[in-house]
Amino acid sequence: MSDLAVRCANVRHAFGETVAVDGIDLDVADGTVFGLLGPNGAGKTTTIRMITTLLPAPVGTIEVFGVDVARHKLGVRRLIGYVPQSLSADADLTGRENVALFARLFDVPRAQRKSNVDTALAAVGLADVAGRRAKTYSGGMIRRLELAQALVSAPRLLVLDEPTIGLDPIARASVWERIAEVRAATGMTVLVTTHYMDEADQHCDRIALMHRGRIRANGTPAELKAKVAPNATLDDVFAAMTGDDLEGDTGEGIRNVRTARRTARRLG
Amino acid sequence: MSAPLDVPLVGSAETRPVGLVRLSLSRVGTMCLVELQKLRHDRTELLTRAIQPTLWLLIFGETFTRLRAIPTGKVPYLDYLAPGILAQSALFIAIFYGIQIIWERDAGVLAKLLVTPTPRVALVAAKAFAAGVRALVQALAVLILAAILGVGLTANPLKLIAMAVVVVLGSAFFCCLSITIAGLVLSRDRLMGIGQAITMPLFFGSNALYPVSLMPGWLKVINRVNPLGYEVDALRGLLIGTPADFGLDFAVLVLTSAAMITVASALLSRLAR
Repeated sequence: MSDLAVRCANVRHAFGETVAVDGIDLDVADGTVFGLLGPNGAGKTTTIRMITTLLPAPVGTIEVFGVDVARHKLGVRRLIGYVPQSLSADADLTGRENVALFARLFDVPRAQRKSNVDTALAAVGLADVAGRRAKTYSGGMIRRLELAQALVSAPRLLVLDEPTIGLDPIARASVWERIAEVRAATGMTVLVTTHYMDEADQHCDRIALMHRGRIRANGTPAELKAKVAPNATLDDVFAAMTGDDLEGDTGEGIRNVRTARRTARRLG
Repeated sequence: MSAPLDVPLVGSAETRPVGLVRLSLSRVGTMCLVELQKLRHDRTELLTRAIQPTLWLLIFGETFTRLRAIPTGKVPYLDYLAPGILAQSALFIAIFYGIQIIWERDAGVLAKLLVTPTPRVALVAAKAFAAGVRALVQALAVLILAAILGVGLTANPLKLIAMAVVVVLGSAFFCCLSITIAGLVLSRDRLMGIGQAITMPLFFGSNALYPVSLMPGWLKVINRVNPLGYEVDALRGLLIGTPADFGLDFAVLVLTSAAMITVASALLSRLAR
């Protein structure tokens, strides 16, 4: 049993010659909203993909609620609800069918399935449009639908990779509002990556600043800002910790551009 | 403090063969249901995909029946052709499933599926049999058309069930072949080119259009290693009652499907990275 939702110890991952994550140590306390911040190419997504079992961690250990990710992949996946960076609902299915698919894949018992699906759809405010196909949804609605897919199995850990990227300000606010409501209702741990410092400041209990594969700072937003200046912002903290600005980038930026283009093509 | 966890760990049911089979069957059922839901929402694909087999049966079949250019014994050529066109329809549906997998990777859908408690082999098997379900619906359209054209099809329900099994197994093989190629080339455009390059050789290198006895020696060898040939042989035997080696046909289809599911699931991680 562990008080920690996630524990990463000396985790490293390289793509060929490029070191994406360079020996990070990271603890995420149970029940918190934890933000992993940094510019494109910082290593946030690679870290998330290792925690969610999508990528192996060749060096170091990762545990989710005390369960070793390398040894018990299926067990770890049962604890996780995951929303990837790109808008990934199945456009040819209705909202309800999209959520029911994940209820089945997480083996939600048949007797509970309908109520879980209804609850998840209601929690993200899509109950009224659940019968419409996802191709008719806006970007913000699709993101909320993905949240419902991730929540339908009542996970202990909700992992969100850039959940508000590409959304307009109203949709971004709506997504965060739903995350806050769900977290308040369930007490689940939320691990979120973002490069929007204002969102992290407002919504995260603790944050870790990543830059070039390493964690440069870790603490509550208030603690981190106080270390820099009385009226500092997280942007100031980032600049102070890394000596860089948020536009600093590596190859992952190109991957993000590709992802954005693919999403634009799919959604017309 | 964390609440007690109900997490399957080492030695759980899911890591034992029986648990894995049960989990795989559950996932196969789920993915097949999804295919049916998609077909229910958009039936235009069924219609558009029915055009090509219709043309084969109506134009090629009717013409060559009159020409009597292909000796098929006492069996009218149209009857002989119908099971081959049915197998071809299933092949054309399944061989492009790799493109769907690449699309799912690009859209993030594959990553989400891989973060569910589903072993890779179960996910691939589920996709493979989902392709079979889609092919079956298409097969039904071809059978109806063949019946309208006067093909003497069996009405034996057991034979029709066996036909469905053959179509699903054949589709599973070609779906997994497509996913395997997707795992190797990792690009939609390249897969599209390879898919188009191999479908016609697979089709013409089988007994779908003409008897094996008419083939030159080198083509007989290709037909011998081509699972489509065994699929057509079984379908022809079941639907119009021509002599068939059902034991060999089923054994080849089951073993090649199982092998290809294993290979495709081994390559799935390449797509996920």
